[in-house]
Amino acid sequence: MHAWHYTVRDAKNLLAHVFALLATAFGLFWLAWILWTTLHNGFAAIHLGLFTQMTPPPGETGGLRNAFFGSVLMSVLGVLLGAPIGILAGTFLAEYARASWLGGVVRFVNDILLSAPSIVLGLFVYTLVVARMGHFSALAGAISLAFIVLPVVVRTTDEMLRLVPAQMREAALSLGVPQWKVTAQVLYRAALPGIVTGILLALARISGETAPLLFTALNNQYWSTDLFAPMANVPVVIFQYAMSPYDDWHSLAWAGAFVLTLFVLLVGLAARAIVARHRISHD
Amino acid sequence: MYAASLVAPALPARRDDIADRAFRWLVTGAAIFVLTALAGAAWSMFWDGRAAFAKFGLRFLWSQEWDPAAQQFGALVPIFGTAVTALIAVAIAVPVSFGIAMFLTEIAPRWLRGPIGAAIELLAAIPSIIYGMWGLFVLVPVLAEHVYPWVDAHMGQWPLVGALFAGPPLGLGMLTAGLVLAIMVVPFIASVMRDVFMTVPGRLKESSYALGSTRWEVVWDVVLPYTRSAVVGGIFLGLGRALGETMAVTFVLGNAHELSASLLMPGSSIAATIANEFAEADSPMYRSSLIALGFVLFLVTFVVLSAARLLLRQLEKREGR
Repeated sequence: MHAWHYTVRDAKNLLAHVFALLATAFGLFWLAWILWTTLHNGFAAIHLGLFTQMTPPPGETGGLRNAFFGSVLMSVLGVLLGAPIGILAGTFLAEYARASWLGGVVRFVNDILLSAPSIVLGLFVYTLVVARMGHFSALAGAISLAFIVLPVVVRTTDEMLRLVPAQMREAALSLGVPQWKVTAQVLYRAALPGIVTGILLALARISGETAPLLFTALNNQYWSTDLFAPMANVPVVIFQYAMSPYDDWHSLAWAGAFVLTLFVLLVGLAARAIVARHRISHD
Repeated sequence: MYAASLVAPALPARRDDIADRAFRWLVTGAAIFVLTALAGAAWSMFWDGRAAFAKFGLRFLWSQEWDPAAQQFGALVPIFGTAVTALIAVAIAVPVSFGIAMFLTEIAPRWLRGPIGAAIELLAAIPSIIYGMWGLFVLVPVLAEHVYPWVDAHMGQWPLVGALFAGPPLGLGMLTAGLVLAIMVVPFIASVMRDVFMTVPGRLKESSYALGSTRWEVVWDVVLPYTRSAVVGGIFLGLGRALGETMAVTFVLGNAHELSASLLMPGSSIAATIANEFAEADSPMYRSSLIALGFVLFLVTFVVLSAARLLLRQLEKREGR
């Protein structure tokens, strides 16, 4: 009869299968290539002095000690500044404004903030802090990172608190426990793994952020622990060294990229592990 | 503690009442802070960019002159570069993401879906500066030696679109930046598509299979129409990301303030211009112009991301979430 009709449909179906397979291979291909490049070049460039020596001038050997210190300090500060506000705002969304118009607006704005270009947030903190103070500073860098942490933590806190069964709230409230205590001692405890996951995801995201730090913390060739002075950090050092014409600097940049990628992947894995382990506990 | 409150209920109740109200104010304040963060970002960039807007007016948007020495600034070249690279990225990433989402929801065996989905999501976790370094040191030489000469010799001769692909094989340029952006955007679009494809009720797909549809027909005629608005939302989300991406583009775009029809030529984007030139912007007008560029980028991404969220929300509403 109309056998050709079935043949055409079969052929289309086959073509779609091949296309989907190729698309997946395409994605995995780049992932493998980028990871291999980073691991290969980074492994060749890694040495013990990396964590004990300062960033060198061109032509000399050195490490990234000041950059690692600056990155850790500013990331930790960024989380300390951004996460508490994020947790509170997330609490507002999940517990106080689940269906109100204000909740809707905040959720919408937070989603925009979540995907807003980080360079825009960097410029914002530049005009807010650096232009006022008159110079670049580690504090400004930490604040710009905090603005990136904020929406991630708001979102995960909101989602995780919503997953807590209503019976838990009702049971605690029926015992006469005031609402703030229910939130702090019952809901936060139940949602803790999820909230920690959100903070870890935020940490992974800010540890590689470069653009906002260019306008806030800038860079510092020397050892500095002064929060009110420019501070070295791994991403900006990588940027500066990779764009330079010197081979020594290139290899240091690869070493930094290697450590950075490893850290980001490990933190991401930890976040996944927490989610996987606690998935059952809410049911 | 409970015994005490039975004996004298008035005092703790009052204290709890105050604490409750204080906590409510605290969380509301934090939520308002989120609102002011976005509004503050918009306002501060508008305010610090006002010198450039006042001097150049709307001409700032379509003048292609960018001359720090003469204090003349126009944003056409960076705006053009941002638009072109983001469009290339989305044009490549959308079909690829669709293929990946189809593979992950309909084709792959169940045990393979988790690992491959996680691997694709890993692409999103890699910091953009790593993409930039890899692009500059690995991808650019490969393209310059093996790919672009061929593109120039063959596609450069095509009628109509030939001019897009003709040019010296530098490796750096708009096409390279678009390709790197596409790789960075794929995990975002693909994971949105996969997630919304999974919300399609099984009975819809099963009915279609029962009528004898092929897998492709189920995906194209049942899954896609059901999730259309969210899929477009996911694409807009990717577009918003491609528009604002800074570091990767800065590495491979070549930072040239010239308009060029050829995609093989170096160009400039808003984000790359700001990242490259901010530190050396020595005059107030130069700095103000760069911040004004940032304001333009903010407006564009705000519109795109708002559209994305509204489209994504439509499916959520139907889901009853």
